[in-house]
Amino acid sequence: MSEISEEVREAIGRHPFFAGLDPAFVREAAVGAEPRTFGPGTLVAREGTPAETFVLVVAGKIALEVGAPDRPTLTVQTIGPGEVLGWSWLLPPHRWRFDARAVKETHVLALRGDRLRPALAAHPAWGFEFLRRFVPVLAERLENTRVQLVDLHAR
Amino acid sequence: MANGAAVGDRSTLSRPNLPALFAAIRAAGYAIVAPTVRDGAIVYGPVERVEDLPIGWTDRQDGGTYRLVRRDDAAVFGYNLGPTSWKRFLFPPHERLWTAERKEGSFTVTPEPTDTTRWAFFGMRACELAALDVTDTVFLKGAVADPTYRARRSRILRVAVQCGQAARTCFCTSMGTGPAVTGGADLILTEILLPGPHRFLVEVGSPAGAEVVDRFAESLSPAGPDDDRLARETVERTAGSMVRRMDPTGLRDLMAENLDHPRWEIVANRCLSCTNCTLVCPTCFCSTQEEVPDLDVRSVERWRRWDSCFNLGFTELHGASVRKSGLSRYRQWLTHKLGTWHDQFGTSGCVGCGRCISWCPVGIDLTEEVAAIRAAPRSSGVEARGR
Amino acid sequence: MLGDRTGSPGGASDVPLAPLPYQVRSVVRETPDTATVAVVPRGSRRIGPTRPGQFVMLYAFGIGESPIGVSDETDGVLYHTVRDAGRITHALTRLTPGDLLGVRGPYGHGWPMEAARGKDVVIVAGGLGLPPLRPALREILRDRDAYGRLEIVYGARTPKDLVYYAELQEWRRRADLRLQVTVDAAGRDWYGDVGVVTTRLPDARFDPERTVAFVCGPEIMMKFTAQALVGRGVPAESVWVSMERNMKCAIGLCGHCQFGPSFVCRDGPVLSYGELAPRLGVREL
Ligand SMILES: Cc1cc2nc3c(=O)[nH]c(=O)nc-3n(C[C@H](O)[C@H](O)[C@H](O)COP(=O)(O)OP(=O)(O)OC[C@H]3O[C@@H](n4cnc5c(N)ncnc54)[C@H](O)[C@@H]3O)c2cc1C
Ligand code: SF4
Ligand code: SF4
Ligand code: FES
Repeated sequence: MSEISEEVREAIGRHPFFAGLDPAFVREAAVGAEPRTFGPGTLVAREGTPAETFVLVVAGKIALEVGAPDRPTLTVQTIGPGEVLGWSWLLPPHRWRFDARAVKETHVLALRGDRLRPALAAHPAWGFEFLRRFVPVLAERLENTRVQLVDLHAR
Repeated sequence: MANGAAVGDRSTLSRPNLPALFAAIRAAGYAIVAPTVRDGAIVYGPVERVEDLPIGWTDRQDGGTYRLVRRDDAAVFGYNLGPTSWKRFLFPPHERLWTAERKEGSFTVTPEPTDTTRWAFFGMRACELAALDVTDTVFLKGAVADPTYRARRSRILRVAVQCGQAARTCFCTSMGTGPAVTGGADLILTEILLPGPHRFLVEVGSPAGAEVVDRFAESLSPAGPDDDRLARETVERTAGSMVRRMDPTGLRDLMAENLDHPRWEIVANRCLSCTNCTLVCPTCFCSTQEEVPDLDVRSVERWRRWDSCFNLGFTELHGASVRKSGLSRYRQWLTHKLGTWHDQFGTSGCVGCGRCISWCPVGIDLTEEVAAIRAAPRSSGVEARGR
Repeated sequence: MLGDRTGSPGGASDVPLAPLPYQVRSVVRETPDTATVAVVPRGSRRIGPTRPGQFVMLYAFGIGESPIGVSDETDGVLYHTVRDAGRITHALTRLTPGDLLGVRGPYGHGWPMEAARGKDVVIVAGGLGLPPLRPALREILRDRDAYGRLEIVYGARTPKDLVYYAELQEWRRRADLRLQVTVDAAGRDWYGDVGVVTTRLPDARFDPERTVAFVCGPEIMMKFTAQALVGRGVPAESVWVSMERNMKCAIGLCGHCQFGPSFVCRDGPVLSYGELAPRLGVREL
């Protein structure tokens, strides 16, 4: 499980999130990483279950869903190619905070959180660069949530 | 008269002959609207006789106060401005625009008949002529001219008076609008109380004014050099006695750059949003429209009514107002008057008449607010750096 | 410059602020609270031709007038897409074929079509922002070669709030434009994108320096969208937004629609973000 597939390493290096990062870090991130495919309607992640994977979306579309007992499941965001899914692997308690479901056939690269964390901790330069890319993702999601909260369509 | 009067002609009218001026104005086809005492204030209304003018009255004004008191002489124009302005005769507070009637599956619209009254505005002050210029720009010089304003405006005679005194609220010298009348009037009067007999210097300002003068030339005598000088001195004295000031330099930018000035909060805490300032202001032009259907909605009337940016509903959009806070509404009023008016109409929206100062129930004074904003530059929050 | 932004402010009526009688030709229900009403003159007099982005005052007899955008004008028929938001718009959305109403206008400056020629065009609509953009879109499609790439991003609250459903399908099939539709939230039966309109912008393809953007929707949406476009390198002066304010006269005389120095009715409703950006940051202006 710990060997590196050259193909996967290249695919990670090509993904917009990793493009241009230190090749040594990309190599480290590729350890144990694997491509996965999800058919339409299948769950990519389930709320509350352990989150040990950093997902790079290569093709397809993933819906983030929130369910409440008293109402139908609601999709609050979709994530497409070039985007990333999940930060629960980075922060304890490492559990998924929502359901993620493939809307159509979806190809992703699944990176191992338990390999990424020590690598980032051991190499502050990698860690900083990684966060520099990750924070905008969070900031954008946060901003979009805020925008949604003020209700863009309230006229 | 063999030779008619010409623009620029000056003559002297004795006080006892003042009714002859009234008569001449009427003979020229005008109805007179002039200052008159009503409900404890000097207001503008239709008058019949010279005796209807506020003879021997004056006003004491200051922030939030207006009081009539007797003068110890019989001056005809010995007071300043009351709560009315001439705009109400050109842009009435409430006016029907048209009536529509359902007919054979359609409707027809009948415009309100044009008001053909020819008003002589008797006793316009310099700042009020300036205000007339301002409302002319608003109503006549935009992409679409307001037809009812235009119709009324085309029929007026402007009989101006140079102020012989200033109220404590006046600041026309700051705004460059008075007290001297420098144009825009058909006739210009200056009251001379002393020395000599009570009289008026009458100057012809336009051909329409000349026509009036021709009708009562026999009541006039040639103006002596003394009368010219006395008139000039009267105006100079008035200008010199003005106590309020507002520095007009860069007001447009000052307003635009200080939309987040802390002063707005302070003034908003006093402001009652009563709309008085917009109602007494000679240049405020905002209005709303009202639809008045009859019972079975076969015919409707469309009315226009003065509105004010202090009304909460003024900016209503989708059930909520854009300007909810008192702060934003006071800010709109002042930044419009002194700031964005320049962008919109190329002039100041304030002529320095001081009405809004007297008639504010809590005595908010725009000259003070401007001074406060000028004195303390706006803070830019956490990014502000000491110099 | 921008010669096509001038309207005919007086309208066809010589009576001040008086509407001309029109008649409903057809009504299409778009969503539970929104309908597209097609109207034609009820007599020989009609308002002047409209330009994309202009609006009219629609008059419900005996009730009152509301500013409403023109969503299409074809063969002398005016189309208006109206959302039931209160007394007047309620009456307007309840109209049925043959009913009488009044129209005056057209008013305001619309989309700067001339400035968009030869450029990539990005159209971003939020909710009922699509109707006022439709005439611009149609004009571009009529003269497609005069413009560069055409990117449309349309966002609505939920899938059932989308208007012009059939037309969206049609646009989607075209090869000479790209349409992205997104909703804020959806059920499992929605296979499209979910997320506020700004989330779809990174996917839009255009050459920022040679792009003109037309944005219409709620103010907050326009602000975020314009910021995102400027962030992508589109000059602020090339981003145009259609402002909405309370309006009574539509001809620059009643004062209601002021937004800083602008009278939205007369100077807008379409204004450049470059001019508006500082004002959009001031609360309760
Ligand atoms: C340039 C412009 C174009 C517009 N185009 C469209 C369109 O194509 N389709 C559409 O459905 N709507 C459009 N609107 C919005 C529409 O005018 C308002 O929803 C409508 O005026 C509300 O009036 P009402 O009587 O139905 O609601 P009301 O019962 O009056 O009340 C609803 C709320 O809307 C407020 N309101 C009143 N006047 C206006 C106004 N002029 N603009 C906005 N809100 C107002 C009311 O004060 C109240 O808060 C447009 C507005 C503008 C300014
Ligand atoms: S703002 Fe006040 S002082 Fe200025 S013209 Fe209006 S009422 Fe007069
Ligand atoms: S917006 Fe306010 S200050 Fe400006 S003209 Fe209208 S009522 Fe007067
Ligand atoms: S709507 Fe009356 S001034 Fe704009």
